[in-house]
Amino acid sequence: MTTTTFKKSSNPIPNKERIKMPRQHMPERPPQERNKQFKEVNLGYSEELARQEALRCIECAKPTCVDTCPVGVKVRDFVQLIVDGDYLGAAAKIREDNVLPAITGRVCPQEDHCEGGCLLKKKGESLGIGYLERFVADYEQKHFDTKNIVKATPTGKKVAIVGSGPSGLTAAGDLVTKGHQVHVFEALHEIGGVLVYGIPEFRLPKQIIREQVDYMRAMGVEFETDVVVGRTVTIDELMEEEGYDAVFIGTGAGLPQFMGIPGEHLNGVYSANEFLTRINLMHAYEFPNYDEPMVDFRGKNVAVIGGGNTALDAIRSALRLGAGKAFILYRRSEAEMPARIEEVKHAKEEGIEFQVLSAPLEFLDDGKGWLAAARCQKMELGEPDASGRRRPVPIAGSEYVVPLSVAVIAIGTSANPIVQSTTPGLNTNKRGYIVADETTQRTSRKGVFAGGDIVTGSATVILAMGAGRRAAAGIHEYLTTGNW
Amino acid sequence: MFKILHAQFIAPGIKRFTIEAPRIARKHRPGQFVILRIYDKGERIPLTIERADPAKGTVNIVVQSIGKTTNLLNSLETGDSILDIVGPLGKPSEIEKFGTVVVMGGGVGTAMAYPTAAALRNAGNRVITIIGGRSRDLVILENEMRQVSDSVFVTTDDGSYGEKGLVTDKLRQIVENGSKVDLVLAVGPIPMMRAVADMTRKYSIRTIVSLNPIMIDGTGMCGGCRVLIDGKSEFACVDGPEFDAHRIDFAVLVQRNAMYRDAERRSMEDYRRELAEERAGEPAPQAKQESTCLAEARR
Repeated sequence: MTTTTFKKSSNPIPNKERIKMPRQHMPERPPQERNKQFKEVNLGYSEELARQEALRCIECAKPTCVDTCPVGVKVRDFVQLIVDGDYLGAAAKIREDNVLPAITGRVCPQEDHCEGGCLLKKKGESLGIGYLERFVADYEQKHFDTKNIVKATPTGKKVAIVGSGPSGLTAAGDLVTKGHQVHVFEALHEIGGVLVYGIPEFRLPKQIIREQVDYMRAMGVEFETDVVVGRTVTIDELMEEEGYDAVFIGTGAGLPQFMGIPGEHLNGVYSANEFLTRINLMHAYEFPNYDEPMVDFRGKNVAVIGGGNTALDAIRSALRLGAGKAFILYRRSEAEMPARIEEVKHAKEEGIEFQVLSAPLEFLDDGKGWLAAARCQKMELGEPDASGRRRPVPIAGSEYVVPLSVAVIAIGTSANPIVQSTTPGLNTNKRGYIVADETTQRTSRKGVFAGGDIVTGSATVILAMGAGRRAAAGIHEYLTTGNW
Repeated sequence: MFKILHAQFIAPGIKRFTIEAPRIARKHRPGQFVILRIYDKGERIPLTIERADPAKGTVNIVVQSIGKTTNLLNSLETGDSILDIVGPLGKPSEIEKFGTVVVMGGGVGTAMAYPTAAALRNAGNRVITIIGGRSRDLVILENEMRQVSDSVFVTTDDGSYGEKGLVTDKLRQIVENGSKVDLVLAVGPIPMMRAVADMTRKYSIRTIVSLNPIMIDGTGMCGGCRVLIDGKSEFACVDGPEFDAHRIDFAVLVQRNAMYRDAERRSMEDYRRELAEERAGEPAPQAKQESTCLAEARR
């Protein structure tokens, strides 16, 4: 439990009145306008809306919003600074724990963390913490000059960060504020990892990522693209030849999983990773202005198989590329979908159809190597499985065929072996993920730490950031004490 | 940015680049490739490394003008730069003493086969090389191959150089003349590799080919380069690029490589038009509202 003493609030409204105040809605681009383009859906709070929303905070003595945040953002403090009108102060307060506020303010599943723990939820709707965080971060971007960043005294220690996704960026931010020299290696040509290749522009504009990365550059973090650690240089070479005192591995969830059903090799069948990478990293939706092509979606039936955020990002992208009918095929019911509530809401408003309790058995071709249809099977829910969700059970005789031109498989990923297979002595579990200590993120190799999806398997941006924070603390402790 | 230290056409439409890329040069092993992106709006394409010089920190690639990206790349000169090059990617070739190895290069594939041929020779193999091309001027790297081979045969489709015929004709001749061949390495166009595979299957000769399917990241992340090997999906970028030719479903490889044919055609048409405008002395690209890919690539 957090046991901070809080300063007296300037909020003039009595608590019992605050509880009655409605949650301020996030202004959004209208569904029929946004489903044809990739511009951001949420438009952000105005200063007035932000103040109004911040006034709803009942200033709990034991703020569960802080305890439920994987990086421990001091929510109550920053919200009170908004009430005070000190937006840059609020931004600085968030930055004490979160180096990517404009990103988490947009893509974090707040309902599972801060807002899920908000006491207001018991009386009505939780405080719009994510929206407030986004407001503060966007305000900071416009009004804060990064020349004013105060750099820490150099410790003379060098840390290599492998992968520039959420865990790596978070670890880098925390370590550079401790005075360590931090160098981030990225395999792709842009910094951001899954934030860049996985999350579409309409949810997280690339410009926002670039701005957050530029802020980190101003903090002193060095970035190098086009380096596949394990291929271009190994962990051992980084430590023995390039003088790094510690390494953090945050390479993310790597290989796309396929279903292993007939017809997955047909043209028109994509992994979600490829589909989203073409669109997000390579700008295929801007073809021919950009060179990377995408199959023509206009007027066609497109299905995404899966029920997570990736599945929703993919199907909403397909709609924006002109799909005639865009639908989700998910084998459980909507209640079991792991996607963020807001994404499901947005998708439905835009015209995405949800065919739940259904799974494809086979992809059928048109005789020329292209996908033409999927043979599917209906499901019903049985007993809960290992994940705690009710297990889908096939219904006999329920098979049906649905015409389909493009299918995107978004059923998860497995560990990319490149770093593990080129780093002797680095222990992995039986699924190939790196074994790391849960509090320090230490691996079996001295000086090597790991966190995020390459340790846990596919999770969320904020959980990866939590691992990055723990790793940074673990690395700092190791670099200052030398103890392993 | 990766600087082009030397660029020169070695055959019509085929250019060799020496590029400053010290990290890649140091780690390269025969059989591996790079992925490059020329300019900000460019696509990522895989290209095999022809040779690497760790001391000088350079890698060579040999590029044939086919689509927009390769044409654009081949328009670059000594002193220009390439925005992104990442590598070395893929598994290195399996190098051990097999005995007698026939190395077959078709067209620009000869450049990809060259470093592996050299390594196989160094490992004590007897290396018989067959280089094929449509015509005399498309036979490349003959001298280089002679230096790393015990014997070299050249075939051309039109008979303008070497023996008239296909590389497979020469291979059949070698095998049927009684030479014991322990391994065949074939790199070239898909129809050529497929024909080699069909032939060596009959003779039960182990055969390796290097595949070049559509790729984006090259690290196993996207799965776009999946190929059917014994009916199962494998990724050319991390499980390959070399595979046992007798286990590959070539029909699926051909089908998947054709996935973006319409878009590729359109890109190429746009590129030709830009090139024609530039040659006709249209307003300098800088003066245009949208700068051309030619201008962006050379910037």
